[in-house]
Amino acid sequence: MHALFTVFGKEFLENLRDRRTLVSALLFGPLFGPLLFGLMVSRMLNQSVVESDEPLRLTISGGEHAPGLARYLAAQGVKLTPATLSENEARAAVRGGGAQVVLIIPEEYGPRFTAAEPAPVLLVADSADSQTRKNADRARTILGAYASGIAQLRLQIRGVNPLLAVPVAVNEVDVATPTGRAVVVLGFMTYFVLFAVLMGGLYLAIDSTAGERERGSLEALLSLPVARSSLVGGKILATCAYMCISLGLSLTAFVCVFRFVPLERLGMSANLGAGTALIFFGICLPFVPLGAALMTFVASFTRSYREAQTYLTTVLLVPTLPIAFASIYSLKTQSSLMFIPSLSQHLLMTSVLKDEPIAALDVWVSAAATLSVALVLMVLTARHWRRETMLG
Amino acid sequence: MIEAKNLCKRFGVIEAVRDISFVARDGEITGILGANGAGKSTCLRMLYGVLTPDGGQGCIDGIDIRGETSKARAHLGVLPHATGLYGNLTARENIHYFGSLQGVDAGRLKARSGELARALGMESFMERRAKGLSQGQRIKTALARALIHDPGNIVLDEPTNGLDVMAIRNLREMLLALKAQGRCVLFSSHVMQEVAALCDRVVIIGHGRVLADATVQSIRDRSGAASLEEAFLQVLGDTAGVS
Repeated sequence: MHALFTVFGKEFLENLRDRRTLVSALLFGPLFGPLLFGLMVSRMLNQSVVESDEPLRLTISGGEHAPGLARYLAAQGVKLTPATLSENEARAAVRGGGAQVVLIIPEEYGPRFTAAEPAPVLLVADSADSQTRKNADRARTILGAYASGIAQLRLQIRGVNPLLAVPVAVNEVDVATPTGRAVVVLGFMTYFVLFAVLMGGLYLAIDSTAGERERGSLEALLSLPVARSSLVGGKILATCAYMCISLGLSLTAFVCVFRFVPLERLGMSANLGAGTALIFFGICLPFVPLGAALMTFVASFTRSYREAQTYLTTVLLVPTLPIAFASIYSLKTQSSLMFIPSLSQHLLMTSVLKDEPIAALDVWVSAAATLSVALVLMVLTARHWRRETMLG
Repeated sequence: MIEAKNLCKRFGVIEAVRDISFVARDGEITGILGANGAGKSTCLRMLYGVLTPDGGQGCIDGIDIRGETSKARAHLGVLPHATGLYGNLTARENIHYFGSLQGVDAGRLKARSGELARALGMESFMERRAKGLSQGQRIKTALARALIHDPGNIVLDEPTNGLDVMAIRNLREMLLALKAQGRCVLFSSHVMQEVAALCDRVVIIGHGRVLADATVQSIRDRSGAASLEEAFLQVLGDTAGVS
């Protein structure tokens, strides 16, 4: 035990003096996620809030051919910009960003409208651009409303009940709760948290294994009268310590970021205060030794810093896989999934975010399953360190 | 005292060490001389217990290195071929880390590292980070690290590699001092002059076997050659590669 703590103390101190470790464990890892996330979400939210408040802007060409339609649009609050554009000019204008959505009313509109034949209009927009697609949708809805209004009038004039043309009345009911809606946005947050956990220990896991070999200090270390399991244990413990710091910083950063993200303006509330952050810390804690053991195990097989870096970057992606599956199959928290590390943490954190009750048993199963895998990996690492091939 | 008894080791099809036996006595410097690839490092690695012999036994002060590894290692200081230090730790922290892992308590560590710093002339750089040290300073630190637990036996694997003339000279004096303290010093080299200048006994290894095991003087007498160099060449026979 004494040797284990000696190794732990030395690895902790040495890496505290290493800029690379500090930047990745205490700066890049924990802060990258929350900052990127905060920026993304607040931009997304700002956009959608602003859009519904803002009047729709429409460039209209040939408005004089349909004075009735133009009046209707203006009455609906659409800001019309009159222009004279051919179809090709309109395409170019939309593509070049000169106009977002262009409505072209050809000359034949008038005669056909009067003859009660379908009167053509041209709506030019770029559906690849999410911004203008939304505006085009709004324009389409308004045009549709105008058309059905005219249709009903025509039926009425001919003595037909206009309701005959409305066989189904669709009323939508959205049951999403404010927190539930936010989860769609916040779903990715759990990955950033697990990413921060791994980043915290990444360089220490490399430095204490492949680094030790590359530096040439490994053989001297292995010739000491210390059990290999103590060496491995101390190294993994030091890696865990940095991962915990990184996890703590990451959660703190998330709590801070969400103070400034205007989720309430969308009628959402992020269930992420200091209390939730503490629960998250508890949920993620078993994942720490698993990540540390996994990275140390993989790095123990590599010969150099560079090689270890290559392999461990792949390891950083491992926790994404279950989370990706979870979103593809929209998995919900259930006991059978608590056996899968990283997925169980993701589901539990999502449940907490949604303000759903979580079963104590699920938390225990998640922790026990994750820790068991961690233990297996630690034993495998220690066994590998006992082999002669460790010398390289 | 370090004993090698019929050590054998093979890596796949390569027989690195076929049958090596010798004794390195206390108060003597024993040199293992051999060409690159002759099996010197493999032999030493078995003696300090990081490789398991396929046959035979290595003993430190009569303790079997495989049977009671920790106990045997407590009697042994090792300076492996690669003498890497932890760059972000000071020379003193490097030495204390190994001392602490050897089970030396804090009070004793301080006294002992002070002693070693004086003996090896390290006082000026004990508090400096290892990454800024010169090659000579690094080897002193590595040697102090190997001696921190005051072992009776010291094994050094090609310690002079990469050192300049001054540093080699320093190292030579350090080894002679260790011998004068009655310790058993065992080191390997492929440089004949180095072995001749320093050793009481020479074990010449070629193709994984002991070709000669004798005092420097007796090798010279036995071969009847005028110079030491010729005496060595006669013993080595076709074992080329010793410089």
